[in-house]
Amino acid sequence: MVTVEDGRIVAADNACTLGEQKFLGEPRLKGPIQREGKGWKDITYDEAILRTVEMLRDAERPLLFGWSGTHVEAQCIGVHMAEVLRGVIDNTSSVCHGPSILAIQEVGHPGCTLGQVKNRADLVVYWGCNPIEAHPRHLSRYTRYAEGFFLPNDYLDRTVIVADIRKTETGNIADEFVQVTPGGDYAVLSALRAIVRGKRDIIPRSVAGVPREQLFRIADRCLNAKFIAFYFGLGLTMSRGKYKNVRNAIELVSELNRHTKATISAMRGHYNVYGSNEVNTWMTGYPFGIDFARGIAFYNPGETTAIDVLARRECDACLVVASDPAAHFPRACVEHLADIPTVVIDPYPNATTAFADIQIPVAVTGIDAAGTAYRMDGVPIRMRRVLKTDYPSDEEILGRMYAMLQEDHPP
Amino acid sequence: MNEILIKNACVIDPISGINGEIMDIAVSDGRIVEEVGSGAEVIDAEGFLTLPGGIDSHTHICGTKVNFGRYMSPEDMRAGRTPRRGRMHSTSGYSVPTTYGNSYRYSGMGYTALLEGAMAPLEARHTHEEFAYTPLQDTMANVLFDGNWAIMEAVREKDTKRAAAIVGWTLAAVKGFGVKLTNPGGTEAWGWGKNVSSITDVVPYFEVTPGEIIDTMIRATEMLALPHSVHIHCNNLGLPGNYRTTLDTFDLVPDLNRKRQTLYATHVQFHAYGGTSWSDFCSKAEEITRSVNEKPQIVIDMGQVMFGKTTTMTADGPMEFNLYRLHHNKWSNHDVELETGSGIIPVLYRRKNLVNSIMWAIGLELALLTKNPWQCLLTTDNPNGAPFVRYPEIIGLLMSRKYREAEFATIHPDTEHRVSLPSIERELDWQEIAVMTRAGQARALGIVDIGKGRLAPGAEADIAIYPLKIGEVDPGREYERVIEGFRQTEYTIKRGRIVSRRGECLVWGNNTTIWVKPKISERYDMAQDPAFVEKFDRYYTVRMRNYPVQEEYLKRNLCIETETEL
Repeated sequence: MVTVEDGRIVAADNACTLGEQKFLGEPRLKGPIQREGKGWKDITYDEAILRTVEMLRDAERPLLFGWSGTHVEAQCIGVHMAEVLRGVIDNTSSVCHGPSILAIQEVGHPGCTLGQVKNRADLVVYWGCNPIEAHPRHLSRYTRYAEGFFLPNDYLDRTVIVADIRKTETGNIADEFVQVTPGGDYAVLSALRAIVRGKRDIIPRSVAGVPREQLFRIADRCLNAKFIAFYFGLGLTMSRGKYKNVRNAIELVSELNRHTKATISAMRGHYNVYGSNEVNTWMTGYPFGIDFARGIAFYNPGETTAIDVLARRECDACLVVASDPAAHFPRACVEHLADIPTVVIDPYPNATTAFADIQIPVAVTGIDAAGTAYRMDGVPIRMRRVLKTDYPSDEEILGRMYAMLQEDHPP
Repeated sequence: MNEILIKNACVIDPISGINGEIMDIAVSDGRIVEEVGSGAEVIDAEGFLTLPGGIDSHTHICGTKVNFGRYMSPEDMRAGRTPRRGRMHSTSGYSVPTTYGNSYRYSGMGYTALLEGAMAPLEARHTHEEFAYTPLQDTMANVLFDGNWAIMEAVREKDTKRAAAIVGWTLAAVKGFGVKLTNPGGTEAWGWGKNVSSITDVVPYFEVTPGEIIDTMIRATEMLALPHSVHIHCNNLGLPGNYRTTLDTFDLVPDLNRKRQTLYATHVQFHAYGGTSWSDFCSKAEEITRSVNEKPQIVIDMGQVMFGKTTTMTADGPMEFNLYRLHHNKWSNHDVELETGSGIIPVLYRRKNLVNSIMWAIGLELALLTKNPWQCLLTTDNPNGAPFVRYPEIIGLLMSRKYREAEFATIHPDTEHRVSLPSIERELDWQEIAVMTRAGQARALGIVDIGKGRLAPGAEADIAIYPLKIGEVDPGREYERVIEGFRQTEYTIKRGRIVSRRGECLVWGNNTTIWVKPKISERYDMAQDPAFVEKFDRYYTVRMRNYPVQEEYLKRNLCIETETEL
């Protein structure tokens, strides 16, 4: 429940800690701003849109980055813009679950919707993730504390295993905590695969800090479970081994399906990062890192991903939408961002603002803009508008830019 | 007013009883009319074959699993790329093209309406979002009910009216077109890693059988007077000996509808297998078509396999897992809570593989042994048997025994002992091909009345003109000319506009989504049924009020309202 006073949200009841932050928000920019000397000046939306379009028109190799924090309708326009500009479009997965996607492209993805887990999963594994902090409602809605159709006694009916390099808050509520030596995930997963395949005799006394007895016990728990839900986070994706770790986890789950039911899913970050992957895929064929320089959609992560395009100092203009690369990218990339014209479309000032030439504030999807978002399990949700403000949505701003760019390239 | 006069068209329009007549077609405001004014744009069809726009009654083009097929397969995306050009956006993909890729390629082949064969209701929004980017065809989506908990409970209670009420509410909520059953009962069992193995097997916990689900859904569909019949993907897809399950399913079907079939069985090639294992695998197309020939209440589509690479994708999760264990390639699965499942794996059908060769022959046998072309429609279950761009070759095979023999000489030599194809002399004619690629689809889907699949005045002006002079081509001998002719239209006209000219798409496009809303009395309105609502909110992860697909997701659309018994 949201309480609105004088057009501002003053309370958000029953929201999780992340949701509350979103609803109550940091101070938003009142209108578009443009850098002037060492300060900023206010400009109109018309001016901001025109200058952004001019920046993109002038660019030989524009980068359109971000997208994970906005609605699908805006993401679709982004792809069309990249296509007409022959630019590079990339989303935040290239610095997040990109390796998970690469693993999926090698071995596939046995997954399911969250409701399947809620109603059936008697064994939940969290590997390299800490949902209590990062996905505060995951445990109460779908796993540890959730009542499911086939699991009426939530807490008692389910077993939770947490694997991580240190005991997190989530580790504290697990039935079994598996402490893996940093960088040892691949080895532990390989050992589990071997055990599931009946090769217990080859397992050494301990694998990456995990005693053999515990490995056997975990494998037995898996083999005796009716439905296993395996969730993993950046602890697996971004540690040593990267996409190979995820591939190993997927192959463990595929193997378990020969004995029981098992599914695996990534704990995604931004609320609509999966939407951005979906949109990019149905429009270009690829989930992220798409380069239109040759007119066709070209995908080669490591070459066509934002970090690489920036690190090579290749792009000469950047449009950042609904994300904060300066807070997450390597220093060399951010330095290049500071050197080239950069426009940020985002409701809030963030670390990237400091490197931008223009920032255009927009409505927030789910607060003062409606739109579609894809949940981490692929279920598309309609985000409603709870508040009417004068802020334009990302879709409106980008739609106007695309219309102007289209005029440059009549069919 | 936008008017076109197509002169010298060689028209085959089976629904209107026109077979190869040279005539003019007048188009005004998106419809076919008796005559147009002198200002109309004139197209000279030069005596070329002119058919109603092609309709694919079972294809996978949009939605969660289709997109996952793209997502997991950059190698397939690389295998078909075109740049942005004119009014065409860039495209990627061979077996699972991007939405624009599907739309442009289908349009170039003269297709103007597509039915997405399997939409999970919970993820319907996704399908509709992709429909919006499939601009050159009208779209429909069949809704998956194979593992629907509320339906199975109604079946267990033997309450057909309740099942119908649930179907009605769901179709209207998700803006769906018809009822799809994919491995009924099996997708729920797959929630536990299990499957069902016959139509009398019992679904775990729900204690209903596939046969009971099928029977109830057939009756519920007729109660709701849906334009299309139940559309079934039978149990045991892809398994040796599965033809018995298929025959058992066909034997369940009463003849309940005067205008169309009572059951549409899809991709029957995958369900017409004999033998007890892969070693004695053989065709049972003769048995299957004997049953179809006796039962006018059944329509099937081929599900033809063509050699080469493709991607298999279906709501039949357990089947895809079995396939994965055979192929050891990558495997994706996606179960959908309270509703259904799905799976995807890439495959390569090889001529040198005996099983693949037999599969290829079975699809052709089905089409050639089904006496009435209205009862066997041309599909590949795109992309499962092959991508739809292979349709022209299939037409060539059906029209030419010579071509079949030439192909047969290149496949696994033992095939001849397992199939009857070499002994089949039949060569289909132009009219039969027109039935199997548009008129039959329009009738089977129940969309003739809204103007599809025909070219008589009043019909929608969806027209395909192929560079083929049927009087000058002998399809039996000159099958290559037939294939070339069907590969690309001279003109594809959609709703009275030229949308494609020799493969070049000329408009941005704006499709129509056709969906069905049965009129149901308050008494049977599931939105007001306390038990239904309570269970929904308790076990789904989306609240009932957030579940229906909002109007925002339908751009142009046509709602067919039906008068029901509820």
